[in-house]
Amino acid sequence: MPDATGLELIAHELGEAVVETVYFRERATLRIDPATIRATLQHLRGKGYAFLASVHGVDYYPEEPRLGVHYELLDMAKVDRITVKLRVSLDAPAVDSVTDQWPTANHQEREIYDMFGVVFDGHPDLRRILMPEDYEGHPQRRDFPVGGEPVIFTYDEAKWLESRA
Amino acid sequence: MSPPESPTLSEYRRREQSITLSPLEQPLEGGSELTDELLTLNFGPHHPATHGVLRLLVTLEAEVVRDVKPIVGYVHTGIEKTAEDKAYWKVIPVVERMDYLSYYFNAMAYVGAVEQLLEVEVPTRAQYLRVIHLELNRIASHLIWLGTSALDLGSTSIFLYCLRERELILDLFEMSSGARMHTRYFQVGGVAEDIPAGFEAKLREFLAIMPKRADEYGAILNANEIVLQRLRGTCPLDAETLLSLGVTGPLLRAAGNPWDLRKAAPYSSYEHFDFKIPVGTVGDNYDRYAVRLAEIYESVKIVAQALDGLPEGPYITGDRKVALPPRHELATSMEALIHHFKLVTEGFRVPPGEVYYPIESPRGELACFVRSDGSSKPARVHMRDPSFVNLQALAPMSRGSYIADMIATTAMLDPILGGIDR
Amino acid sequence: MEVKRELLGAHPSAGGKGPRPGEDLRVKSLNTSQLLRGADLEGANHPAHLEGTELERYVEERMLTTTLDQAVAWARSNAFFPLAFGLACCAMEQFHAAGPRMDIGRFGFEAFRASPRQADLIILAGRVSIKMAPIIRRLYDQMLEPKWAISMGACCSSMGVFNNYALVPADKFMPIDVHVPGCPPRPESLMHGVLKLRKMIQDDPDMGWRDRYDARGTEEIAPGPLTGLEPAHPAPLPTTPREERDA
Repeated sequence: MPDATGLELIAHELGEAVVETVYFRERATLRIDPATIRATLQHLRGKGYAFLASVHGVDYYPEEPRLGVHYELLDMAKVDRITVKLRVSLDAPAVDSVTDQWPTANHQEREIYDMFGVVFDGHPDLRRILMPEDYEGHPQRRDFPVGGEPVIFTYDEAKWLESRA
Repeated sequence: MSPPESPTLSEYRRREQSITLSPLEQPLEGGSELTDELLTLNFGPHHPATHGVLRLLVTLEAEVVRDVKPIVGYVHTGIEKTAEDKAYWKVIPVVERMDYLSYYFNAMAYVGAVEQLLEVEVPTRAQYLRVIHLELNRIASHLIWLGTSALDLGSTSIFLYCLRERELILDLFEMSSGARMHTRYFQVGGVAEDIPAGFEAKLREFLAIMPKRADEYGAILNANEIVLQRLRGTCPLDAETLLSLGVTGPLLRAAGNPWDLRKAAPYSSYEHFDFKIPVGTVGDNYDRYAVRLAEIYESVKIVAQALDGLPEGPYITGDRKVALPPRHELATSMEALIHHFKLVTEGFRVPPGEVYYPIESPRGELACFVRSDGSSKPARVHMRDPSFVNLQALAPMSRGSYIADMIATTAMLDPILGGIDR
Repeated sequence: MEVKRELLGAHPSAGGKGPRPGEDLRVKSLNTSQLLRGADLEGANHPAHLEGTELERYVEERMLTTTLDQAVAWARSNAFFPLAFGLACCAMEQFHAAGPRMDIGRFGFEAFRASPRQADLIILAGRVSIKMAPIIRRLYDQMLEPKWAISMGACCSSMGVFNNYALVPADKFMPIDVHVPGCPPRPESLMHGVLKLRKMIQDDPDMGWRDRYDARGTEEIAPGPLTGLEPAHPAPLPTTPREERDA
């Protein structure tokens, strides 16, 4: 992992795109402006982080902006990891897709779309991947209910049957 | 006249290929010409050759695959959503059921992430025990892979042999934790219990048997004409394309890139052990098969070293805020009782932060992302599952090959739908 | 332990000529008529001499009376063809049930069929997601009567470990005969469930609960001119193109 100073150097190179740098538990994180994601990843690729290990989404509810997308980059030659994070709000959940430059992001961006509702502009085939195609709602959001079947025990079975009758 | 010497196999193949069907392929008189058309075939979610409920939409031109579109989600269980609803230690059994063949690895990734957040120290004995169970699970996973792949290629006996060995491994798991699968053995801070008496002896017996059995599988499969015809030279993919697709694990190693997190970024005392990384040359299906078979031997070596060097000491961290106190203390110590109560009812609280903890699972880089908001339940648990990312390589690998090769490639890809769909 | 070998007596229907070389070790197989005629008895025990209860006992010793239902149920229960169907972790334990240690082939159930048309037992091994449920229902419909279903594991019997939006308990969309608890159930548990099903079929071939829950006649038979059938549950075809509906 780039140490704290290395992280600051990278942030300095990226300039305006970087909103925040975090160095937590010896791992480096860059929080960037969502519009600059493609340029940032290209720049980091130039610095040696050529492997996109993971693209995943987070819901920061109730903090705004709510929806986050994290890109985990890996430099195999130096065994270095860096994370690039961006946050979008629910009103404008559009992020540029990086699939053409990083083909590994194809299914992973589809999963983020499915689970969170972040729309990736320029994605070749943006449709639901885990839920049925006609499902409504984005399950992984924090305000989506967990769902499930009610658990009926013998002691309240009679009451439950009454309530259904 | 003496009978001719039996021709070599290549002679057979030459004669076979010299047979032309061209008189049959001529269009009938007065009939329309045969035109090529693309046929879309659905390898439905229920299929004997797809490993689990994988649906493939295959576009075919005669018998040649032109495109493959995998459709997943048929075993999506919402595990990540369920995990947000449970205390940290209750997430462990839920997360174990993702990649259901490498359950210890799922648990290790999650527990490692939480330990990194908590900055809790795992004792060396616990690390060695974790390594033993992880490598045994790697062998068990490769055995099922080998058995089901051999079943796809047509050999039923290998399936039964592999299950016979896997029973021995599951017996060992049952000895240490009480359950054969999804054992909940890894806890935050160490392991749930120390290994019982007799575990070491039984493990040593197993370690003596396993390389010989792996030799047997090699003897049956390595020079088998069917295996060679179906796996050698079929569906190769170079390392660069694999890297751009995010593929790691035995698939990448078969293409020649020796990337293995156990060596590159060692975790849980892997740096104490001496083992090799099997690497292929061409990146075809045969290399993928050979790499996984060789990994079984290496895992046996690691377990033997870990068992020989197993240090004395605690099997879980002594931090009572994270790990349950030993039961005998509950009778005498008030603090132990309070800690126990707090841990069991609410669970420990984790300082806010986000970590991404990667490990090397039998299928590639398995990483767990945990976001904590300071409460006793995680705010987001996400597994970067290797099968989910590796599945994207199926299409580039199978384009231009026959359906049978695509089936063999799916088998060599080792997809586990529980990990893909989570 | 000493093993004594001795020549068997001559076959009476051979005319009492004495055993031919090799004949002494051949299993004496009498056909039914010879059996009932008492071809293996001589003298006072010959059925021509037996009367009343003795004759009845003689016949009962050699013949099994049963109803056709029971005989058919016995045959059906001893020769399941399970569908090769595994969803998730329970499928691994299903493999082990078919494996060398807990061998499902001991009971005759090792012929896992790939096609639902050829199978009569579906073992739902694993968690049923909402995307998969209609497919499983189609598979179950394609199986021909008589058919049975075992729900293996906690996830398909109830919701299992995961009580959430993505799963469906199998009882909601198809009739299940035996639920096997466990997560995953040991191969021994699965065998217990399968053998329980076998006992259920032998004891009550009519499977009375199916009438109570109206769980009969779920086959999917292709409609059309050859079978002369209308589709069982005709789904209304969409009349508007997909784009118009989605917009």
